[in-house]
Amino acid sequence: MKEKKKWYDYLWIFSLTYLILGFFNILFAWLGLLCFFIPLLIALLKGNKAYCNKYCGRGQLFSLAGGRFGLSRRKDIPKWMKSGCFRYGFLIFFFVMFFLMLWNTYLVFAGSRDLSTAVTLLWTLKLPWHWAYHGTLFYDGTAQFAFGFYSVMLTSTVLGFITMLLYKPRSWCVYCPMGTMTQLICRAKNVTSSQK
Amino acid sequence: MAKRKAAVHIRECVACGCCIKVCPKNAIAVPRGIYAEINEDLCVGCGKCAKECPASAITLEAAGQ
Repeated sequence: MKEKKKWYDYLWIFSLTYLILGFFNILFAWLGLLCFFIPLLIALLKGNKAYCNKYCGRGQLFSLAGGRFGLSRRKDIPKWMKSGCFRYGFLIFFFVMFFLMLWNTYLVFAGSRDLSTAVTLLWTLKLPWHWAYHGTLFYDGTAQFAFGFYSVMLTSTVLGFITMLLYKPRSWCVYCPMGTMTQLICRAKNVTSSQK
Repeated sequence: MAKRKAAVHIRECVACGCCIKVCPKNAIAVPRGIYAEINEDLCVGCGKCAKECPASAITLEAAGQ
């Protein structure tokens, strides 16, 4: 018996649209902050991973592409990729790269560096992306953040796509930094609530 | 033959909830965002969750173990 689809089963459309919009106007990248704050808020306030479980559009995208469209070998993920070392290591690495990106944004805000209209894929490849930049009403820094943030989102999508092809469709979920972080928050919250 | 039920290896579970979506019996929940829990009364041991789990953290075990 198939359950009726809920509204949130279509959030993959949001994720896909987000990726596409970044090719037309980079400032849409700011919308991606929703995918950062909503899971964190749910974990902090409700103490669960309802975001991963129900609302994550990216997860839905991977399960559609890897499941329905068969773009996945459906093999087990290697043991080391699901180890705590790798998951927490990746989270820390992601954090460091994120703060470097924020620092670059700050430098552009402060005027000590010019706006760079490039998207950095996998932290190293600088892709020219000037065609998605049509000026900003605000500071150059707001555009720099958009380029940086879109780099983060595109990089993680590419990584997720590769592991989707190699392993199970939603392999990204195993090492997704947001997922690891929200699981940590839930763990911490659960320890404190069981002590009450 | 003993009945088999899904069992979650909680240390490997990333609480993503893929298993909830594929379970035909609504027997799985991730109540506290740490790991998935299986309602053994509802589980029919179909193995869909085990197949879907990206961390391969679910296996089918003989019931009552």
